[in-house]
Amino acid sequence: MSKKKNIAAAPVAETAYVPKAEDFEFDTSLDISTDRNFASQGFWKGVFTRFFKNARAVIGLVIIVLIILLSLFGPSMNSYGYKDIQSIKDESGKEITARSIPPRIPWLHKLMTGEEYDDPFADKTFIFGTDSIGRDLWTRVWYGARVSLLIAFVTIFIDMIVGMSFGLISGFYGGAADIIMQRFVEISNSIPRLVIVGVLATFMPKGIGLVIVALLLTEWIGMSKIARAEMLKMKNQEYVMASRTLGAGNARIIFVDILPNTIGPIITQMMFSIPTAIFTEAFLSFVGVGIMLPQCSVGSLIEDGFNNITTLPYQIIPPILVLAFLMLAFNFVGDGLREALAPRIEDM
Amino acid sequence: MGRYIIKRVIMALITLFIITFLLFLLVRIMPGNPFPSERMSDEAIEKKREEMGLNDPILVQYKNYISGIIRTGSFGKGSSLYNGAPIATVLPKAMSNSFRIGGVAILMGVSIGLILGIAAALNRGRFWDVFCTVLSIVGVCIPSYVFMIFLQYFFAYKIPFFPFYFNNRNFLMSSVMPALSLSLFSMSTVARFTRNEMVEVMDSDYVLMAESKGMYGTKLVTRHILRNALIPIVTVIAPLIVDLLTGALVVEKIYGINGIGKLMVDAITGEGIDYNWVLALGILYSAMYIGIMLVLDIVYCLLDPRIRVSDDPGSSKEASDSTAAEGTVGV
Repeated sequence: MSKKKNIAAAPVAETAYVPKAEDFEFDTSLDISTDRNFASQGFWKGVFTRFFKNARAVIGLVIIVLIILLSLFGPSMNSYGYKDIQSIKDESGKEITARSIPPRIPWLHKLMTGEEYDDPFADKTFIFGTDSIGRDLWTRVWYGARVSLLIAFVTIFIDMIVGMSFGLISGFYGGAADIIMQRFVEISNSIPRLVIVGVLATFMPKGIGLVIVALLLTEWIGMSKIARAEMLKMKNQEYVMASRTLGAGNARIIFVDILPNTIGPIITQMMFSIPTAIFTEAFLSFVGVGIMLPQCSVGSLIEDGFNNITTLPYQIIPPILVLAFLMLAFNFVGDGLREALAPRIEDM
Repeated sequence: MGRYIIKRVIMALITLFIITFLLFLLVRIMPGNPFPSERMSDEAIEKKREEMGLNDPILVQYKNYISGIIRTGSFGKGSSLYNGAPIATVLPKAMSNSFRIGGVAILMGVSIGLILGIAAALNRGRFWDVFCTVLSIVGVCIPSYVFMIFLQYFFAYKIPFFPFYFNNRNFLMSSVMPALSLSLFSMSTVARFTRNEMVEVMDSDYVLMAESKGMYGTKLVTRHILRNALIPIVTVIAPLIVDLLTGALVVEKIYGINGIGKLMVDAITGEGIDYNWVLALGILYSAMYIGIMLVLDIVYCLLDPRIRVSDDPGSSKEASDSTAAEGTVGV
């Protein structure tokens, strides 16, 4: 009995604590007042926080932004046009074209070696060099990167408009509509992309338009499958029934109620279909079906470089690097978005 | 089981039929003229059209075309490629070239990919795991033809160890580089998938159970872990095989292989488009694609009996990227 009393009384006896004014103020030195994991925050804010915490995703985003900026402003950073053959007139009035000049930056060369170039183009800057008929590669590479980015935007458009709507509608209505639409998907999916390109080439002029139409015909399939699967998961949930009870029509339920809830997997799928599309364009241009001269894309530049690889290996490196970085960056951002949009419990 | 397979086979045949009809229709109906009009008079063109049966109704033309393929194996004649040689005489040789390279590439990709994936999963966080991760990033980011160009530059030009171009007399040595570069992407994808699946299975309760029964080593890995991890991997391998067949286009260009990919490129990019070749190769590619998908479906259903019960025709035909596979398998 006495023991118990001692234990209970001990702390009171030792520290007769007198509360001070500071005790009733927040301790700002420790950041415990905000619960980052479970605080009530908006969905998109959470996605943002998680995305920017992911180093790889941020690197990917930076690379993409950098490539976009360079492709917008790169070609106008010098006075050369993408199809202009650089040439200079010497004293006797003979024209000399700047064929196959390795990369050169005069001031850097002078800084490194203390010498100047001793040829007619001594004072010109060709950051990536020139190609075998004398066009500036820096301008052409960034001009080509524009084509890749254009393909990326076209893919987003195809995925978002065609694929997503097709999948959502097919999943939502079910029944006969779904069966017919899924047979259509199955048949479209059984035609290899190359065959579609071949058939299109029989009546369309070769060029970027052909590539875009080929993508339009094939690229929506993956997205429609994802959208349909998401729709099947969602359409029997209570909130849909609630919305219907309140008098919402089908279009409203599909695009206003259900779509925002399926946006995660849809964005992820979109990010992963972009590198595939960019790669398809580069591949078709490499083979000679894609972009036509004098325009250029990364793929056709790689092909040019490949033709001269044994003698002028520097020509192939810039377009390859741009393509590889684009693919890497879109994959990193896609991975980052997937993790940010659908966090698992153990990541929190 | 039998019923399921029969159903799939019939479905595949119907799909193939529809696709051949669509291709035929597109190639025949679309504007464009198979004859160079400035070099031929109108009467000559009309005579040629009549001779080739181009004035018949489209359905009759289609019937003749298909019955020609089925009965005599003839795809008609090419118009510009190989001086208009019959397609059936050129095609088998091209197919054998392509399939041999493709076969070596598939074997290399799948076996090395599986071994790497297993090694990575068993040594989590150590050398092979890191190697596997790096390989999968490289495989995704670097298009295979870029890899090919580098292989060719370093191992055929700088160090002339392998022959620069493919040739049939020296098949063994000259097929190493094309097959390796062709299989890079599938190798990395298979390795990454195998690793992830293995890791998932290794963390599951029944593996713990097997271990606590006293099972260990090879037996545990092959009987319990691999058997279950393999099922999803099969879904990745099939689209990859198709990718190998179409991706072979570039390999054939770079290494100078006379295969079907090169024929396709020649048929599209030549001076005049060769309609018959485009049609024949289109049908060939689609038939291969559908055939591979069918085999995959059957293998998948042998491995995992649940597929038969659910009978979702879309579940196994996924795009080659991982997200698409993940997205619908769960449904």
